[in-house]
Amino acid sequence: MTDQPLLKVTNLKKYFPIKGGILGRPVGEVKAVDDVSFDVFEGEVLGIVGESGCGKSTTGKALLRLIEPTAGGVHFQGKDITTLGTDEMRKVRRDMQIIFQDPYASLNPRHNIGKILSEPLLVHGLAEKKERTEKVHEILRIVGLPPEAADRYPHQFSGGQRQRIGIARALIVRPKLIICDEPVSALDVSIQSQILNLMEDLQEEFGLTYVFIAHDLSVVKHISDRIAVMYLGKIVELADRDDLYDRPLHPYTESLMSAVPEPDPDVKKERIVLEGDVPSPSDPPPGCPFHNRCPYVMDVCREKVPALEAVHVNHYAACHLHTEEGGDADASINHLKGEKA
Amino acid sequence: METVRPDKQTPIPSPEQEAHTVPAPASPWKEAFRQLRRNKLAVVGMFIISFFILIAVFAPLLTPHQVSTMNAADRLQGPSADYWFGTDDLGRDIFTRIVYGARISLMVGFFAVTGALIFGSMLGILAGYFGRWVDMLISRVFDIMLAFPSILLAIAIVAILGPSLQNALIAIAIINIPIFGRLVRSKVISIREEEYIMAAKAQGMKSGRILVHHVLPNSMAPIIVQATLGFGTAILEAAALGFLGLGAQPPTPEWGRMLSDARQYITSAPWTVLFPGLSIMLVVLGFNMIGDGLRDALDPKMKH
Repeated sequence: MTDQPLLKVTNLKKYFPIKGGILGRPVGEVKAVDDVSFDVFEGEVLGIVGESGCGKSTTGKALLRLIEPTAGGVHFQGKDITTLGTDEMRKVRRDMQIIFQDPYASLNPRHNIGKILSEPLLVHGLAEKKERTEKVHEILRIVGLPPEAADRYPHQFSGGQRQRIGIARALIVRPKLIICDEPVSALDVSIQSQILNLMEDLQEEFGLTYVFIAHDLSVVKHISDRIAVMYLGKIVELADRDDLYDRPLHPYTESLMSAVPEPDPDVKKERIVLEGDVPSPSDPPPGCPFHNRCPYVMDVCREKVPALEAVHVNHYAACHLHTEEGGDADASINHLKGEKA
Repeated sequence: METVRPDKQTPIPSPEQEAHTVPAPASPWKEAFRQLRRNKLAVVGMFIISFFILIAVFAPLLTPHQVSTMNAADRLQGPSADYWFGTDDLGRDIFTRIVYGARISLMVGFFAVTGALIFGSMLGILAGYFGRWVDMLISRVFDIMLAFPSILLAIAIVAILGPSLQNALIAIAIINIPIFGRLVRSKVISIREEEYIMAAKAQGMKSGRILVHHVLPNSMAPIIVQATLGFGTAILEAAALGFLGLGAQPPTPEWGRMLSDARQYITSAPWTVLFPGLSIMLVVLGFNMIGDGLRDALDPKMKH
């Protein structure tokens, strides 16, 4: 629609203090989200992928201030929401909703579905009592549940149905942006596709914008327009979907892609298996966070943190192989690849 | 060979079909009550307590004698058609006094538990929700109170306030505050971290509404159980204070006091202690049986 992003995240950080000793003094920090910046444009789906503990869920929750960010800006519709007061923030929440990962934990077990779905309308004063019931029935129909579901309680539904309820709750206030925090990873594979299709249909019908967080590459590929890859609290690569899958620039993305199972048994593909473990986010390595596992590591990687920079149009990577410091990066990659083959 | 085609033979049930197979809607509370009724011990407990409530309410209709009328000629009579449970050392009908005593014991239990519940819950919510120094302060006070044996603390409080049934009741309420307070605090702390609380916050709900509509109802189950069990303990504590002469004063027909007054006749006229003792035991047992049943019925892990 416009060039103005719906959501602009600048240098977002979330550090969790580690308390130790009998006095509970902070002795260190876990850098769960470390200097993350990205834009989300209206009507698009931005996927965020990364392995467990890379800070993708924390990022999602920090965008909504469900976890208060340590530093950085979150500009939603041009307004920095990190500085808003409690009441102003509550108003903004109408336009930015969230779908949670665990459909069992995210619904209050003591409320029936009617109450769960009408509460957002009530707190934002969007409808009178009678109208609320109508809207609840309408939203239930939209997400594919019968109106009788309104009288039932969460424990009477299956996981997939509960996630439909979670989606309905996010959708009932007609938000502009929905943060989807691994919405299908707790579901069966057969149900996953149903829910994904539903979310795609809804996006089209209501012109929604999604920030879609997941660890499943095929799920993200299916739904996203652009994808950000996170590693140890940082975005290491950000690109259009096809661009990212066809020519990953960052060695971490490359190894992630090689881990996607290939359905055709005849296709031989080179699997890049990373060595070692993800370093602790409380004590990240100096320089590039990935350098101790990177197959193409150079001296500069151990000293200098690579910035997320545009390598091609709309294709950003944080890797010295693609910066000037990396020198003759392409040559060195080819050299290394040649050696391995 | 027949090929299995799962898409044809077992179609994935549409959400509509699935929802129809679910049994009739029941709120979690109703379901808990249904569970409770299936528990035999809890049902027995409910019968015992209902029985005592009934005799307490209809006491004047059930009793053949006056509560405090002394009859010197009939002192220490054994159970007979005239005096069903016998008479005490002052010639008062023990049955009548037991029936009226039920009023006192149930009242003590009710007010002591209610008082402890209200103040304990308020302090527990404050400590659990606000945390930090508020929690520190309240929790340390609770710890100090719990460091004393409860009956000793009650005796100390009554010693300050002066011995009477009302003061005994206040003392029992006070010593039960930290028990409820700690329970509510721990429950609030755990519920506060639940994802549906974060969901409520994401909806844009105010913390007051979250606390009343989401945190409290989900903290109720262990509180109800504790309140039921607390009923029994409070009655026992009131009887103990009465026995020590710090609770109800004569001629109030309080069970503990009756035990204490009759203890010197335990060998010559055992009915004088048997019936008050039996009543205390039955009421406490009844509440404990209901409490245990409730604990099982309200335990979310028992849900199928």
